[in-house]
Amino acid sequence: MSVLVLVEHSGGIFKKKSLEAVQYAANIAKATGTAVTAVAVGDADNANMQALGQYGATKVLHTTDARLNEFNSRAYTRVMLAAAQKEGAKVIVGLHDTVGKAVTPRLAARLKAGLVAGAVSYPDLSKGFVVKKNVFSGKAFAFVNVTSDIKVITLMPNTFPVVKGEGAATVENLDVTFDDKDFSVKVVETSKASGSVPLSEAELVVSGGRGMKGPENWYVLEALAKELGAALACSRPVADSHWRPHNEHVGQTGGTIRPNLYIAVGISGAIQHLAGVNGSKTIVVINKDPEAPFFKAADYGVLGDAMEIVPRLTEAVKKFKGN
Amino acid sequence: MPSVLEAHNIEFMKILVCICPVPDTTTKIAFADNNTHFSTQGVTFILNPYDEWYGIVRALELKESGVATDVHLVTVGKADAEPVIRKALALGGDEAIRIDTDSNDTYMVAAQIAEYAKTVGYDLVLCGKESIDYNNGSVGAMVAELLDMNYIGFATKIDIAGGVATVKREIEGGEETDSCSLPLVISCQKGVAEARIPNMRGIMAARTKPLKVVPPAAIDALSSIVAYELPPAKSGVKMIAAENMDELVHLLHTEAKVI
Repeated sequence: MSVLVLVEHSGGIFKKKSLEAVQYAANIAKATGTAVTAVAVGDADNANMQALGQYGATKVLHTTDARLNEFNSRAYTRVMLAAAQKEGAKVIVGLHDTVGKAVTPRLAARLKAGLVAGAVSYPDLSKGFVVKKNVFSGKAFAFVNVTSDIKVITLMPNTFPVVKGEGAATVENLDVTFDDKDFSVKVVETSKASGSVPLSEAELVVSGGRGMKGPENWYVLEALAKELGAALACSRPVADSHWRPHNEHVGQTGGTIRPNLYIAVGISGAIQHLAGVNGSKTIVVINKDPEAPFFKAADYGVLGDAMEIVPRLTEAVKKFKGN
Repeated sequence: MPSVLEAHNIEFMKILVCICPVPDTTTKIAFADNNTHFSTQGVTFILNPYDEWYGIVRALELKESGVATDVHLVTVGKADAEPVIRKALALGGDEAIRIDTDSNDTYMVAAQIAEYAKTVGYDLVLCGKESIDYNNGSVGAMVAELLDMNYIGFATKIDIAGGVATVKREIEGGEETDSCSLPLVISCQKGVAEARIPNMRGIMAARTKPLKVVPPAAIDALSSIVAYELPPAKSGVKMIAAENMDELVHLLHTEAKVI
């Protein structure tokens, strides 16, 4: 018996959200009297895998194959199935991101396991196995009771603060026999924006709306984001007008994010937009319209012209960081 | 070994699009029966935008360009889903299938769709990247597993030629282009197609298009929603003077503790 967790890495460095997932799994293991086994796929450094013990992993199962250095949902599912079988896993944790959303449903379907996608709480074991998740794109939460023997959960990244502890995990190789079919999706081309913080993982987000008046004014938001180390986001009209790329669109029909700080500039705060961002821990709204509905959902508000206020805020952040 | 073209006789390429009704995006969410049920009172249901704007429209484009021959739409739901299904048929599509059961659990929904799909044999299954009500985004990949098919998620562009799909998709911090032979399940998002508005001819034609009601297969749900909750209301906004951004930074550091 164990709690299994799929960990993601980039060039052998485990992502912060995966450390969060390990810690999440460790808390479930503690509550259920079992241990955490992390599953790492593709080339990764032994010391980094052992270090997952600092977040609560007892063991790391590691599968390598030259073909696994590119993500492939079928091959990853096969690895997770082998690990689940070996460990007799009753709870399997992944992340609610592009990798987790491709692997965990396959795994759940194969194991006939109930799936909670996008969890924001630990399971409540006093009433069965009840996990809180986002529904209606952030407008509400649902409590889902999983009744199958094996349970699969994807954790919404940035739900719990990550705390580093002590410990070292043991690393074991997990041999998996693949079928050629597992690799029939071929990656032809990859393009990644270098250096920027992925929006889904960002702790700080600077977002612009129609009130920015045009893409030529985005430089003030870019400067603020750079000073803060924040990711950029935008509202739907901005993406629809091609002022900004679609992957920056947050809201009910875009991405749902829950950063620590969301700074909304020139966004009125339509219900569809709020849905995607109201999980943010702190919201700052900068808008020249005192009637903007977003002020009602904000923690801090600034009334006035974005082109004057944002550079002033950037200067203030610079001054603060200098101290 | 037969070529891909022979194995998937392209002359009869069939597409299945998974669709579902969802509350209109402007809906103010409320719950009934001591927060155990979503209150549908006064709620307008629409076709899930990701299914409509991208899945259905791209399937129709593939048919119009001669790549596909049949476009079927499937939903798991009771009779109250039918008005939305008719709206979907007004956009296009040859027939719709409603699997007659409640759609409460992702596995149950995916397994129902997979069971039906097996009886027809589809070359391509399209779905939206998620439904905007329960946001699971899991049905596509589950259907793929249950049908032993490949799966590509978060597509932003889909091209099909000679039985091979070339799919551009979102990955973390960028995008990649994948290539895979059919059969295949793809989840669709922005970029795959441009939204269409049904025309009068489509609306008239939809009235007489076949809408098959299929009894559900014996599949148990593996989860259920036991309660709902609304997010806590904000305690009230603290307004900061536009001249005083040092104050805002100070509060973000000392009060909110986020920087």
